[in-house]
Amino acid sequence: MPTYTLSINGQSHTVEAPGDMPLLWAIRDLAGLTGTKFGCGIGQCRACTVHFDGTATFSCQIPVSAAEGVEITTIEGLSDEHLHPVQQAWVAEEVPQCGYCQPGQIMSAVALLAENPNPSDDDIDAAMSSNICRCGTYNRIRKAIHRAAQEASR
Amino acid sequence: MTVSRRDFIEVSTAAGAGLLIGFRLPARGEVPTVSAEVNAWIQIDPDNSIMITVNESEMGQGILTAVPQIVAEELDADWDLVDARHADADRRFGFQGTFGSSSIRGGFQQLRKVGAAGRQMLLQAAADRWSVTPTSLRTEKSVVYHDASNRRSTYGELATDAAAVPPMDDPPLKDRSAFTIIGKPMKRLDTVAKVKGEATFGIDVQLPGLLVANVAHCPVFGGSLESFDGSKAEAIDGVRHVVELPDGVAVVADNFWAAKKGVEALDIEWNEGEFATMSTDAMRQHCIDIVGSGAEARSEGDVSAALRSGATRVSAVYDAPYLAHATMEPMNCTAYVQGDRCEVWAPTQTPTGAHQAAMRITGFPEDQVVVHNTFLGGGFGRRSLSDYVEDAVHTSKAVGVPVKVIWTREQDMCAGYYRPMVYNEFDAALDAEGWPVAWEHRIAGGSIAGSSGRPMRGIDGTSIEGAANLPYAIPNIRVTWAHAQFPVKSHYWRSVGSSQNAYVTECFLEELAHAGGKDPFEFRRHLLEHHPRHKRVLEVAAARANWGSKLPEGHAHGIAVHEAFGTIVAEVAEVSLEIDGTPRVHHVTCAVDCGDFINPDTVKAQAEGSIVYGLTAALFGQITIENGRAVQRNFDTYPMVRMRDMPTVDVHIVTSGDPMGGMGEPATPPIAPAVCNAIFALTGEPVRSLPILKG
Repeated sequence: MPTYTLSINGQSHTVEAPGDMPLLWAIRDLAGLTGTKFGCGIGQCRACTVHFDGTATFSCQIPVSAAEGVEITTIEGLSDEHLHPVQQAWVAEEVPQCGYCQPGQIMSAVALLAENPNPSDDDIDAAMSSNICRCGTYNRIRKAIHRAAQEASR
Repeated sequence: MTVSRRDFIEVSTAAGAGLLIGFRLPARGEVPTVSAEVNAWIQIDPDNSIMITVNESEMGQGILTAVPQIVAEELDADWDLVDARHADADRRFGFQGTFGSSSIRGGFQQLRKVGAAGRQMLLQAAADRWSVTPTSLRTEKSVVYHDASNRRSTYGELATDAAAVPPMDDPPLKDRSAFTIIGKPMKRLDTVAKVKGEATFGIDVQLPGLLVANVAHCPVFGGSLESFDGSKAEAIDGVRHVVELPDGVAVVADNFWAAKKGVEALDIEWNEGEFATMSTDAMRQHCIDIVGSGAEARSEGDVSAALRSGATRVSAVYDAPYLAHATMEPMNCTAYVQGDRCEVWAPTQTPTGAHQAAMRITGFPEDQVVVHNTFLGGGFGRRSLSDYVEDAVHTSKAVGVPVKVIWTREQDMCAGYYRPMVYNEFDAALDAEGWPVAWEHRIAGGSIAGSSGRPMRGIDGTSIEGAANLPYAIPNIRVTWAHAQFPVKSHYWRSVGSSQNAYVTECFLEELAHAGGKDPFEFRRHLLEHHPRHKRVLEVAAARANWGSKLPEGHAHGIAVHEAFGTIVAEVAEVSLEIDGTPRVHHVTCAVDCGDFINPDTVKAQAEGSIVYGLTAALFGQITIENGRAVQRNFDTYPMVRMRDMPTVDVHIVTSGDPMGGMGEPATPPIAPAVCNAIFALTGEPVRSLPILKG
């Protein structure tokens, strides 16, 4: 079986996998990082969102063979000792219910704010509508994104 | 361990030092007895930390915060020092299951008593240490104070001594006006772990030597395994075992991807059974055929005579489809059967059900089977079953190593246990003034009780809840229910029977209001004269939504009110139609009377979430059957409300002082009729079948 060297959260992981294995499963089952979630496997729910050189990407749709030489960031790589400002906004707005989709939501929101530090509601609709939340936390996610934007502009 | 004389509290020194208070929460319908064993624990450690073990499943509803809030309030604990964890399955809990919006309603007073007993023990320990009377002491935020001598001691410092104090029989409870934690929007205890991706859901369980399995089940409901050839699957790199299960085939591999490819490579012959040609249309026809033969669930007055003599007759047929739960975390479970022991890690609403399933499959006695609960990535009723647990236990038993079974989204969505598909016929009559005098509701549909495998007699109560207890003052009412027996398994889906019955009754009632020339809000209000709580909630929702005010061009309001699980919810939806007729829900005003509550922010979050859950179903939700199998397989064909579809939502808590109701489900039922009634107002056409968008 071929081996691939992945750079995840600044650390190098050499994994043995068939080239068509989705990056999601390489991250979860081979690198052992379970914060990135499986929801649909067909790029419909974005629970699997990671940053691919800073861009929010469905990791269930990227084959591991295409992930070499790219800096991959997962939810585990977002914060060190302190929560990332977007995570802090999520806590302040009490966003999560079951919490399963939230790593993907947060990774999408962080990428949005990096590109657009002060998104409008329409911008949020456009950037966040790929992420499904079955608990229905959308309005709190919207508030948390606005809060994170405001905090960053202080 | 020091066992007190109390009927439900026992105390011990925690391992080494500190205070461990065990207590008994009564199981459903159980009267606590002296011999009952403890089943829940508060641990106070010398470092002042307080760990509360919660005998309920956290699936987003906030129970892992609400139970500690109750205990911490009466304990007078510092909330910042409180943490919580899931209990394992243990028969001492009685039946462990989290459903029916019942957790808080069931345990509230008992939990208060336990917290208060703990506080009294800490007070006594301080009194003994300082040779003063307990009544000269006060507590605040995990500290005992003796103000007269300016002495203080933390709960952690007192915990080990307190373990030797017998708990009081009937500790005094706080006056509610003194509450600083109950009824307050305390921060959830699980939020930080969840935003960091550190919360362990079932799918995240890791063990040394863990293998991952994927499972093929018969795609046709009621079918079974005939034969299979696993050789192509075994040839796939990473596949370790192919295992025959009672109702399917598992492929066990080093990782999920290999297991999934292995399942795709299986050659399986299914015995598809008699249902293999069945379709939704044929099933609906069967419902039409039997609906007239239903059993009476409610009968008041003389409906037939009133229908004949009424001034205006209104009739309609309403359909509600099968619905999948579609929890974000697909069904999964980890099991390790080794020697004479079985250990299970399950994201389950029913640790007891998982425990019993594992005992049944392994044949082990209960003390050799351990079930750990994890965080649940959504439940909505689906995880009160144990079919996915059975897959894991069977598979691990066959291969002798720890195995995590993970279903694909498609396997999850096609496995059944849906909200039943229901067909409804209505006949009603209005008097000359436009008020209803007769209401006949004939229901035919699948049954949850009837698909459980247990013999069923009479009427399935879940099929008529929200229909037979129609609150409106109509002098002649008849409700019947006929059981349509299909092999499509049905189960509790958030708000259960109310999910379809609120839709059909509140929409048909709207037709009567229109036929009688009445305002839909005033019509309901008039008919709710004998249900003051319903009436008040309806009035609050209407007032907050500015019912009757001028809306933007092309917008209309729709209203609905419904009681479920002891809680009454009214919702007003503001809706417009796009050029192609697609409804756009702009705003939802929600009024909730759930009686007493623990955390107002959780009440609001549950209402917000329930509205999204119900709106998703109303707009898009349907599982249809072709050739005996589910047509919809993933989120591309079973769409979800997304950020761009979201209405703004206002939730207003109506405090009534009435008994506590549930909060996990009751805001789901009213949204479908509220939206449909707004569409009716816009188009003049009632929405008589769901989903609104057929796809």
